[in-house]
Amino acid sequence: MEPLFGKTLKQLEDSVRALGMPAYTAAQIADWLYRKDITGIGQMTNLSLARREVLAGKYETGLSEPLRVETSTDGTKKYLFRSRQGQFVEAAYIPEGKRKTLCVSSQVGCKMGCLFCMTGKQGFQGQLSPGEILNQVRSLPERHELTNIVYMGMGEPFDNLDAVLQSLEILTAPYGFAMSPRRITVSTIGIIPAMKTFLENSQCHLAVSLHSPFEDERRRLMPIEHVYSLREVLQAIRDFPLGKQRRISFEYIVFRDLNHHQRHVNELARLLNGIRCRINLLRFHPIPGTPLASPGEDVMQQFQAALEKKGLVTTIRRSRGEDIKAACGLLSTMEAGRQ
Amino acid sequence: MDLTRRSAVRFNREIAPGAYLLGFPRVFEFQPGQVIKLGTAPLGETRLYSIASGNRQKEVEILYSVKPGGYLTPALARLRPGDHIFYSDPFGSFHLQDGPAFWVATGTGIAPFVSRLRSGKVEGVRLVYGNRSQDRLFFHRDILPILQGRYFPCTSREQSPGMFHGRVTGFLRDFPGLDTHIPCFLCGSAEMVVDVRDLLIERGVPYGRIFAEIFF
Repeated sequence: MEPLFGKTLKQLEDSVRALGMPAYTAAQIADWLYRKDITGIGQMTNLSLARREVLAGKYETGLSEPLRVETSTDGTKKYLFRSRQGQFVEAAYIPEGKRKTLCVSSQVGCKMGCLFCMTGKQGFQGQLSPGEILNQVRSLPERHELTNIVYMGMGEPFDNLDAVLQSLEILTAPYGFAMSPRRITVSTIGIIPAMKTFLENSQCHLAVSLHSPFEDERRRLMPIEHVYSLREVLQAIRDFPLGKQRRISFEYIVFRDLNHHQRHVNELARLLNGIRCRINLLRFHPIPGTPLASPGEDVMQQFQAALEKKGLVTTIRRSRGEDIKAACGLLSTMEAGRQ
Repeated sequence: MDLTRRSAVRFNREIAPGAYLLGFPRVFEFQPGQVIKLGTAPLGETRLYSIASGNRQKEVEILYSVKPGGYLTPALARLRPGDHIFYSDPFGSFHLQDGPAFWVATGTGIAPFVSRLRSGKVEGVRLVYGNRSQDRLFFHRDILPILQGRYFPCTSREQSPGMFHGRVTGFLRDFPGLDTHIPCFLCGSAEMVVDVRDLLIERGVPYGRIFAEIFF
């Protein structure tokens, strides 16, 4: 059975036309899929029974409930979903005051091999479809409370660009979830051609994983630096007219004794000069088998102060869900190992 | 990184079931370890490929495996001599420097190392190269006479004379010749890179001496 969930309005129109139904049926189906809380085609009650039966003969909704949830003492919840190929993907719900953020996955595993990442240890297992990405939003019990969505879960979103762009269309389209693109951030390690396509075709915010301003140091942390260097990533961002509304942020995981010295501050200030941006500092959560260590809170604050002194807008992201293995990839790796 | 160049294919040989070597005239300078972006149409699907030929050869050689249902490799496999391909200038910084080094590759990840071997003399290099069977150890016959006793082929699904039976991680786990003071260069799938990197770190190689190229 082919899933309906994750199809754009245009794709739904093509699907219903192929079944001999009028095009307006597509808008009705989109409304049921993306705006209402149905679980099956039989509940699409403004479609005639005959049409529902024809539709159900070829399609299913494609929605799937989370398999498990782990709840942190700080309110963070880690949901485990099963993909249509039977693999495990994670989504983290992070409430913080009025802001309720969902961190979604775009791939099962990852090909990028970053030294500090647990998802990378799974290797690459497969791409998520637009429907599987959106199912993490739609099947979340807290879906009606969500204020923000970040593509920072498992996988590199720009290594699955078509599916990610399609999911963003449905999230932001009036026929879909009708979210403001200003509430959605896509994070990348810097796959430049896909990043350019994203900037041209979406209004959502962009986050770039930076982690070190020095090429040789970044290369040891992130093999992608061999192919798409940070300097070229920053040049591509500089070359794109971003407008006033769109936000660029740089994610910077701080590792003990590695990437938080004055030379890093100076080089970051030099590299980011002229880019209207924010730096988000994240304290490293140790993962099994890594040679990297977590810095103390004092290091985080000193580093932030030094960056601010250089005029760089810098925030420290509070560590969330440490007691439930919220670092992406841990929960699904354990689940895969258990199966 | 745009597809600014166009060339006629000189050859596109199936060197093992589903694995091909694509050749076209070299019209640029490059360093071993660099990649090009390659496609069969100026605005079509593209992928990055490490160059497998030496930097003084007349032809550029690209090693690829056909991924059934893939966007590009089935189309690449249909190319015939005289057909055109579109590609970028070479780029990337996975430079395989001179001097002692430890190289680890699986599958088509051998390409940058073969490029280095074909580009000039190599001193003090050891290569561990794995794939499921001997016929999929691409360039095996070229590597053997160059590196001789410093080449350690591994086959995971069949036992072959003179080869380690198992994965490269199995070989490396107990390999007595591992020098933790020389740089290690890895190229292959994400799984291999991550597993080998973890293993080398476990065996005492500082992560700062490990350089990895990934497929994506």
